[in-house]
Amino acid sequence: MKIAVCIKAVPETDTRIRIAADGRSIERSDIKFIVSPYDEFALEEAIKLKESKGGSVTVIGLGGDEVPAILRDGLARGADDAVHVSSAGVATDDPLIVGKVLAAALKQLGPDLIFFGKHGVGGDNQQVHAVVAEKLGMPQVTVVTKLDVTDGKVRAEREIEGGIEVVEAPLPAIIGAQKGLNEPRYPKLQGIMQAKKKPLATKSVADLGLSADQVGDAAAGIRITGLSLPPARQAGRRIDGDAGQQVAELVNALQNEAKVI
Amino acid sequence: MANGVLVFAEQRDGAFKKGTLEAISEGRRIANQLGTNLSAVVVGSGVAGLAGEAASYGADVVYVADSAALANYSTDGYAKAFADAVADAQPAVILASASSMGRDLAPRVAARLDIGLASDITETKVEGGKLSAVRPMYAGKAFATVEFNRAPAFVTLRPNVFPIAAPEAGRTPEVKNLGGVVVDGPQAKVTDILAAAKGKIELTEASVVVSGGRGIKGPENYHLIQSLADAFGGAAGASRAVVDAGWVDHSHQVGQTGKTVSPSLYIACGISGAIQHLAGMSSSKFIVAINKDPEAPIFKIADYGIVGDLFEVVPKLTEQARALRS
Ligand SMILES: Cc1cc2nc3c(=O)[nH]c(=O)nc-3n(C[C@H](O)[C@H](O)[C@H](O)COP(=O)(O)OP(=O)(O)OC[C@H]3O[C@@H](n4cnc5c(N)ncnc54)[C@H](O)[C@@H]3O)c2cc1C
Ligand SMILES: Nc1ncnc2c1ncn2[C@@H]1O[C@H](COP(=O)(O)O)[C@@H](O)[C@H]1O
Repeated sequence: MKIAVCIKAVPETDTRIRIAADGRSIERSDIKFIVSPYDEFALEEAIKLKESKGGSVTVIGLGGDEVPAILRDGLARGADDAVHVSSAGVATDDPLIVGKVLAAALKQLGPDLIFFGKHGVGGDNQQVHAVVAEKLGMPQVTVVTKLDVTDGKVRAEREIEGGIEVVEAPLPAIIGAQKGLNEPRYPKLQGIMQAKKKPLATKSVADLGLSADQVGDAAAGIRITGLSLPPARQAGRRIDGDAGQQVAELVNALQNEAKVI
Repeated sequence: MANGVLVFAEQRDGAFKKGTLEAISEGRRIANQLGTNLSAVVVGSGVAGLAGEAASYGADVVYVADSAALANYSTDGYAKAFADAVADAQPAVILASASSMGRDLAPRVAARLDIGLASDITETKVEGGKLSAVRPMYAGKAFATVEFNRAPAFVTLRPNVFPIAAPEAGRTPEVKNLGGVVVDGPQAKVTDILAAAKGKIELTEASVVVSGGRGIKGPENYHLIQSLADAFGGAAGASRAVVDAGWVDHSHQVGQTGKTVSPSLYIACGISGAIQHLAGMSSSKFIVAINKDPEAPIFKIADYGIVGDLFEVVPKLTEQARALRS
């Protein structure tokens, strides 16, 4: 089975966000990039499937200089090859455009199963997998916590409010991985050494048969016109006394000051 | 010419979700600002009766796709019905709730229409007849203003953020039947729904959330958190430390790699306040922290801080909360 995994390079989750001089993006100079946490579940599931059923795993990342290192990370965990799609000329603020470009890259590969994270942390869009599914005309199952692949179809459990939906879909299909799907492995030294020798191709949008006006700012559906830090939340009031007094005063404050109970 | 506002009016089990009422109410407000009408689209089986309720919250026109094949949610069937309604209404603005369904469906429909989608927004603005939206990024560490390059402008609304309008009885909508929705091509189908314990309130929809962290010491004590949540009619959450230790299921996790909640009241018990936890709850209206360490970072963002032992404070608070409700 031919499996692809889209992994996104995102700022480490404890990064302190600073706004760049343009006022609509983040200051990237000393950010450390990691594989988006949900994409780790995607990657793990893909590698496990390959181990049990055979086949290959290709990792794909769209972006700039931050991408090759996270693709090597994917290779070190067990992927076979990698494709870095350069974001030069791509309106990456719009998940519609990101999805279109990834769809074009995936079409060239022709996988049976394509894994995504349910959500790329940082951008927090939760869209790209659905865009790819639509562009490739494939069924999508998102927020997946359990997956079986047999007889040319997937049977997945997806998390919804207050329950789980059991979903079946024929291959090729798109899966969006949620935490709980598996326990991701981390690269081992041997894997890291092997990863250096595995193929990592770099492609431009032109290599994918896309023209600049299909993926540039003019084609985007949305644009970010401003980015700002939230007003800092102020530390409020300490409530002292013994536990009985603290609780009495808290309840009073919640009822009469905050008026939330 | 694009005109009007269209809301995807999500229902489950024949009833609108709270997030749907938030979306219809916000849709109405935007329609008023634009001086235009509001349509809603209801998809499901045996749901035609919901048209009146949609109207009471402000819908002028209600599209109904009612068929047995749509009884369960499916991306493909619902996307077809949704897109059919858009094709007829030609709206300038489209809204849906950023619920599980909305998050799955909206980007699929946006891609079909080749338009931009701003997901999980917390604010809308209408200026010069145009909609823009504000959405958290970096788990709430930054807020982006998003503008749309072409109509319709499509947004999903973060649950629990937008107010629900008072329903007005006696408004009758114009009902437009979308008929049997036929989908061809490969599809994902829901074959079963495994419901969580009945009557449990979903974290993202609860107006009170009580979360437990490593300070609860072990799985046998999580019931303290659940009882306090129940006493307030709310939902119980957890830090990742508690989830990773296997004390509760991941569906309870609040934070950057868990759920984002914005209840009126968030009570953090035995949680230190790591940045990844704060990411999931700092948009709560009021935050209470109960922690025995006076230096715990959670106190920096708490409206009310109790330095104390949760094993003493939480049961007492539960008792008081029960007394209030009875
Ligand atoms: C990529 C990534 C993603 C992450 N995502 C999340 C996420 O989504 N959600 C999340 O929560 N974390 C997340 N984390 C983990 C986060 O960094 C913290 O490790 C975690 O939140 C700590 O959980 P805690 O506060 O329960 O535990 P601790 O930090 O161990 O804090 C326990 C607290 O309990 C207090 N305490 C102990 N005993 C008592 C008592 N008897 N009474 C009162 N207080 C007591 C202690 O003073 C302490 O402050 C993530 C980390 C990474 C790297
Ligand atoms: N630039 C990218 N490169 C590779 N994969 C991506 C990229 N952006 C998003 N994805 C994939 O799409 C998923 C959803 O992303 P998002 O819609 O940005 O939340 C992520 O978990 C990734 O699997």
